[in-house]
Parts: sequence; C-alpha cells; structure tokens
Amino acid sequence: MTQPFPFSAIVGQEQMKLALILTAIDPGLGGVLVFGDRGTGKSTAVRALAALLPPITAVSDCPVNSESRGDCPDWAEITSDNLVKRPTPVVDLPLGVTEDRVSGALDIERALTRGEKAFEPGLLAAANRGYLYIDEVNLLEDHIVDLLLDVAQSGVNAVEREGLSIRHPARFVLIGSGNPEEGELRPQLLDRFGLSVDIATPDSIDDRIEVIRRRDAFETDTKAFMTRWRRADGRIRKKIMTARDTLHQTEAPDDILRDCAALSLALGTDGLRGELTLMRAARAYAAFKAAARIDRSHLRNIAAMALSHRLRRDPLDEAGSTTRVNRVVKDLLG
Amino acid sequence: MSAPAASARYAARALAALSVDPIGLKGMVVQARVGPARTAFEAVLPRLPGPLRRIPPSVSDTQLFGGLNLAATLAENRPVRDPGLQQSAATIIVPMAERITPGLAARLSRILDDDSGHIMILLDEGADEDEAPPGALLDRLAFHVDLNDVPARGARFLLPAPADIADARGRLPQVAYHDDAAGKMTAIAARFGIDSLRAPLLALRTARALAALDHCDHVEEEHLREAAEMVFPSRARAFPAPDDPQTTDDPGTDGRTDDDESADPTTIPDEILVDAVAARLPHDLLEQNLRRERSRNRSGGNGAGARKIGNRRGRPLPSRPGKPDGRNRIDPVATLRVAAPWQRLRRRNDTAGRSVIIDPSDIRIRRFEERSDRLLIFAVDASGSSAAARLAEAKGAVELLLARAYAKRDQVALIAFRGQEANLLLPPTRSLVQGKRRLAALPGGGGTPLAAGLQAAASLMQVSRRQGMHPMLALLTDARANIGLDGTPGRAAAWSEARTLAGQIHALGLASVVVDISVRPGHQAEQLATDLGGDYLALPRADARRISRAVDTALDG
Repeated sequence: MTQPFPFSAIVGQEQMKLALILTAIDPGLGGVLVFGDRGTGKSTAVRALAALLPPITAVSDCPVNSESRGDCPDWAEITSDNLVKRPTPVVDLPLGVTEDRVSGALDIERALTRGEKAFEPGLLAAANRGYLYIDEVNLLEDHIVDLLLDVAQSGVNAVEREGLSIRHPARFVLIGSGNPEEGELRPQLLDRFGLSVDIATPDSIDDRIEVIRRRDAFETDTKAFMTRWRRADGRIRKKIMTARDTLHQTEAPDDILRDCAALSLALGTDGLRGELTLMRAARAYAAFKAAARIDRSHLRNIAAMALSHRLRRDPLDEAGSTTRVNRVVKDLLG
Repeated sequence: MSAPAASARYAARALAALSVDPIGLKGMVVQARVGPARTAFEAVLPRLPGPLRRIPPSVSDTQLFGGLNLAATLAENRPVRDPGLQQSAATIIVPMAERITPGLAARLSRILDDDSGHIMILLDEGADEDEAPPGALLDRLAFHVDLNDVPARGARFLLPAPADIADARGRLPQVAYHDDAAGKMTAIAARFGIDSLRAPLLALRTARALAALDHCDHVEEEHLREAAEMVFPSRARAFPAPDDPQTTDDPGTDGRTDDDESADPTTIPDEILVDAVAARLPHDLLEQNLRRERSRNRSGGNGAGARKIGNRRGRPLPSRPGKPDGRNRIDPVATLRVAAPWQRLRRRNDTAGRSVIIDPSDIRIRRFEERSDRLLIFAVDASGSSAAARLAEAKGAVELLLARAYAKRDQVALIAFRGQEANLLLPPTRSLVQGKRRLAALPGGGGTPLAAGLQAAASLMQVSRRQGMHPMLALLTDARANIGLDGTPGRAAAWSEARTLAGQIHALGLASVVVDISVRPGHQAEQLATDLGGDYLALPRADARRISRAVDTALDG
C-alpha cells in the first residue's frame, strides 16, 4: 500500500475537502460525489481522507467490523470477544468488479477442500461502518450500480444464491468520483449522494505552482513531507471528533428550517431529500465550526453542495448548477 | 548509415528517461502505423526495465488484476489464483490503443496510479484524427511521439548503454533543481492552455531524469527546455499568447494573461522555453483540438450504442475460444464440437474412465452482436409560416420513414411545435399504424416556438440515449422563430434562444440535419444547421419521397 498524500496538504479545493469532512462528522449524510476534470486531485483527496479518519473499535475477527459481539452476524461464527482498534475502513470498488466480489459469495476454497457450505464476505461487508469509494463511478456497470443503490438504501446486504441465505449490515458512506466528460450519471444514483462538488484546476498560477511543489516534495521525500503535515492533519482530526460529539446538541432553529424549505422550493428540487440533506449538512457544518446553533452563514456555505445535483436542468441557463444555487441563495438569504 | 530522424531521437530520449524513472513518468503514447519505423521502435522495447507484456484492447479483468484459475483449481482441489498484470512491474504494450474503451482506460489508469513501476506503451494506430486513445491515459503518460513521418532510413532509436541507465537510476534521487523550476514549468503549461496539473509535474520529473542521464547532479536550463519540448506540445490546447498587452483581445487568452501579470517575476515563463515548445506544436493544433472535443462527445462512454458487440442479446456471432469469467456464457454445442475429434485420443490416456473429456482449451464463448436502435426524431414546424402544404409533405416523409423503420430496426418519434409550445406527438415507436393516426391529427397554424421544439427534441434525445438508442434529429422548419421558450412573442429573443439550444444539442454530440422547408430558403435555417453542427438541406419544392430520401442519406453519412 502506498502512502497517501496528506489531506491538509491539498492546495485549494475547499468545497471538496469540506464535503468529505462533513460526511466524516455525520455519516448519515449519504455520501459525496466529486465530479471534475482529469488531474484535479479527486482520488488524492479521497485516499487522503482514509488516513485522516479516527480509528474505530471493532470485534477483532468480525468480517463486518461489528462494534460488539452481539452485533456480529451468526454466520461469521465469532468466538472471541476481543476488541481491537482499527483504521476506518475505506474500501475501493474497482471498476471490473464482479457481483460475487461485491456482495460476497460461496467460499470456494472451503467448498472445494472441505466440502462445506460457507459464506465468503465481499466488499460490502468490509466497508461496513466505513467508506466505499468508487473511482470513475459513471463507468460502473449497471447491475453493480443497482446492487449498490439497494444496499445503500437499506443498510443491509442480503445474499440469496448458491444455496446460501445470508444477511449482514452494510452501512457505509458512498464516495464517487468521475469525469463528466466520460459519461453522465443516472439520476437515481445522483440522488443517492448527499453532497456533490464540482472541482476544477486552480485558476491562479501561484496555486498551481504550490500544487506542483508539494506533490514533487511528497514524491521525492515522502517521510519528511508526512512529518511536516502530520500536525495539520491531527488538528482536522481533532475538530472532526469534537464536532461528532457536539453534533446532536447543535440546534436547528425554526427560521433555518423555513430557509431550507424556501431554498428547495425556489430551486425546484425534486423530493424532500434535498431539504433534509441541506439541514443535516448545515448542522454538521455548524458543529465543525463549533457553533451552538445553525445560522444563515452555515446554510450559505453548504447550499451548493447539498442541492446542486438535485436541480432539474434548465437548458437556457449556461451557468453551472452550482452558480444557480448560489444565485438563489443570495436572493433569499441576502 | 544516416542519422536518426528528429522524432526518432525524441522517442529514444523518452525511452531512456522512462527507463530511469518508470514510476514518475509512467509511459508514452506512440503514434505509428505498421511500418519500418514502428518495427524498429518495437525492437528496442525489450531494453526497458521489467518483463514485456502485450495486451489486446479486449483484455479481461482476470488478466489485469488476477483471479481464480478454474481449471487449475478443479484439478488440484485447492484454489489456484492467476496473478494479474497488476501484481508485478512490467512494461505493458497496448497495440491498437485507439480502440481502448473508457472502461479499460479507467482500469489501466488504476494500475498506473498504484505507482508500482509499470511502464505503459500505447501504440496508437488511429487512421483518422477522430481516433485517439482515451484522455484518461493520455493525461497520465508523460510522452507522446509521432513516428508516422519517420522515413525508414531515419528509423533508428539509440538508447544509452545499460550501465549508463543503471548509473542514472542511482543518481536520480540526488538530482536537485533550482527553486523556481516548478514555477517555470507550471507557468509554461498555463501559457499553452494545459489545465491538467499532471503535465507540469511530469515535465519536472522528465527534466530530472534527463539530468540524471547526462551525469548532472543539478537540473540545468537545457534539461528544463528539453523536458518541456517532450511533454507539453502534445497536450497544448492554445498557442501561447504574446506578452504584448495590446494583443490580448482574444477572449480565450484573457484570463491567463491576467494571471501572468499578477504572478511574481520569477514565474513568468522564459521566452526561450516557450518558443522551444511552440516550435514543436503541430500547425493545425486548434483544428485538432476541436475535432478531439467532438469525437469525445460522440464516442465517449455514454452508452449511446457505442458498444456494438455485447454478449447478452442480439444476433449470434461465431463463438470464440475463451475462459468463462462469470460474465460471458459458454456455448456448449461449439465446445463439444471442438472437443469431439480428440475424444478417442484423450480416453486412451484417461484413467478415470470418463465418457466425455473436455479440456479448458476447448471452451468456446458465446458472442452476440448488440445492435442499438437508431431513433430518428422528427421535429416538425407546424406554424403558420410553414405553409400548410409543406406540413403535408413533412407528414408524408415521416410516414415513409416509418414504413421502412421496421425493416431497418429504426424507431421514429415526432415532435411538432406550433402556437406557444412543442408537443411530443409520437413517442419513439416502430408502429406504423399508431404513427399514421397521430400524424393525421396534427393541426397547423400559429407562431413558431422553435426553441421549445429544440428543447423537447434535446430532452427526448438524452433520454433515449440513456436507454441505449442512437438518436438523430431531423428538424423540418423555416427557422423563422418568433415565440420564446416561455411562450411570449418576440423575434430577436426567440431566435437567440433557439440558437443557444442548437449549440447545446451540438455540444451533446448528437447528429442532426436541418431541412429548410420554406418556399424561399433563407440564411436563418442555414445558420441553425451550423449551430447544430449538422447538415443543411434546402428543399423548397421537395415532395415527401425526396425529403425522406434526403434525410436518410444525410444521417447515414
């Protein structure tokens, strides 16, 4: 495993970094979609997040990272109560993956050698309580997408095949990245992502140079570079942990809820999922900023990432959907 | 013997740099049809580090990432995994790189992103400018060399001796560069309109590898220049803007010029470096880029019937030898037929006394041809300005095409726009009866809401494309738009809206043809055809038969 680039050393791309941090604070937000051109650091940021996240406590032998022995699925035949700390799982879903590998299947080794019918957990089991990352999500094959949508919705992976009947919890944050030039995403899948950000190469020459300098420094002397950025990464991690604790005490005043509804209405987003995500994201953001209650400044900052992918297309508006959201936010919230 | 040609020299230099720093530079794209130059080039490839592997564009995931070897597993009664290409560093050669699908490109990119030292050589045999390897790979590989113009005499690739390369590899970690080198490279990339930040990074690493090759411990100006010449030209999207502030009225370069001025003096790119790169730019750069943009939209991974051979449905094709990998299906009859002649021979050596013995090499995989339906969308102007008689001709043409649709597996849809809005009169169908009935009910008269018609067509095209059809638009109009999208009259606004929408349909890469059905063809319809990027047909007096034939030819071409 190669060392990931430190999260805090990523130049710019504030919206993407913020979106990733928000899902770390509130995993219920429902994932992040990062769309951007080639060479803008999409994959870098996601892999960096893995290193940044605080470790989780899990039963040592449990294939689905259960918190206590009672939560372990029966088929796993867990015998020890041993608890271990392990890094938050970030599971890569490769493009060519087969359905067997994703949902789990008959354990061929045991079937062949011992003639036993046993279940070999797949990627969904490994991603439980963590992250599932799909690079080039728009190129993923349809039957895998359907499978993922179903599991992401229910939080349970059910396998009924080859004489097996298995279920296990599969709660994960879905992170997708892709290049819009290579194909669009089905609206059903778009809607499942809580937040979405569009990223581009930084405009200013100085920023670009900084990116190149840091990347080059990282590649030539990884160890020194990691030491230099460890403190900054630690600070973000601490803020995430604090925000997780205060998340439930963060108030959502009535006028903010009214603002959320007004925003969704003005933008004509489909369904109530938009409003709900907007409110939850604003709460996570307020907690991250150590505020006791959500105010309009929080809404302003996260409205675009919570709503931009839920808009209906307006053929005459050439500005991107992010710009449209920001325009409406400015009209409504001042 | 004559000296090597210039491109051959570059190619050799690039190969040398690659051998020194495979992790940093990743590989190269070589544009070369089969010929002496390519043969000579492939002959030196074994000198690159790592074993040489050649993969076809149809390589399976098991071959790339490894997987269970069914035959060996069953034979040995324990799981046997085949190692994939990903496991160990190798020089991977991909011939016919222009046929790499976006899916394979993403998988290959993953292998490259692992930084495990794979070198990838893409042999691009694209005959047209439209054919090119996928951008995801072009962006990651450092070099791009065109060997098509290298004469047989000049096709010599001189690589440094292995000892020199080993020496350079050892030296590479110590090679330092001046502090402003990174800034210089970034600024040059920006001047040439290169957005990806991988480019300056690759250039920087190239400069370092070149310095190591030249036994230097410090990257010199000439290394930077050479690296810029090797990495940037193929990625350039614009000619560098001249520094003279008076000439910055070209809208495409405004932003960059501002950046240059705001940057501190050390980051202003060296004119010598800029000139060196500019000298190697192809003279038809802008045209090429335009074409690339278009072809990307047409053949991208958008599910638009681009994939013609699938393995699920459609007409069966001859079976092919292959391994069952969970996604394809075995053709039992063909497999048995292949195994049949050997049965006696095999039974003689078989101890288990099986009656039918099938070896893994007998397995034949079923293949199907997957045809995507063509969807012909007629957007017909039924306004008062398109006289009622013309409307009748248009209806006749649609009926004729519909009649042929069943045989050609085409589907037809009809959108009519008149008065204030556009209506989908006939959803995509192959049914002649249904089509005729709906057509007969189409009334004429009223304003021309051209933009609404285009919008309806665009959304239908996008939906049908997502369903795997191949939509095409035939727009029958006089283009005298006078009703806006919101239903308000106003000639100028309506016309500009229509043009915007036409531009968007063009940007989506959808094929279209404009049939001007007004009695006196005007330049407006022609302008609209240009905006749509489609053909323009003026058929003032054509009858239904001629319209249908013309549309058919225009869209088939």
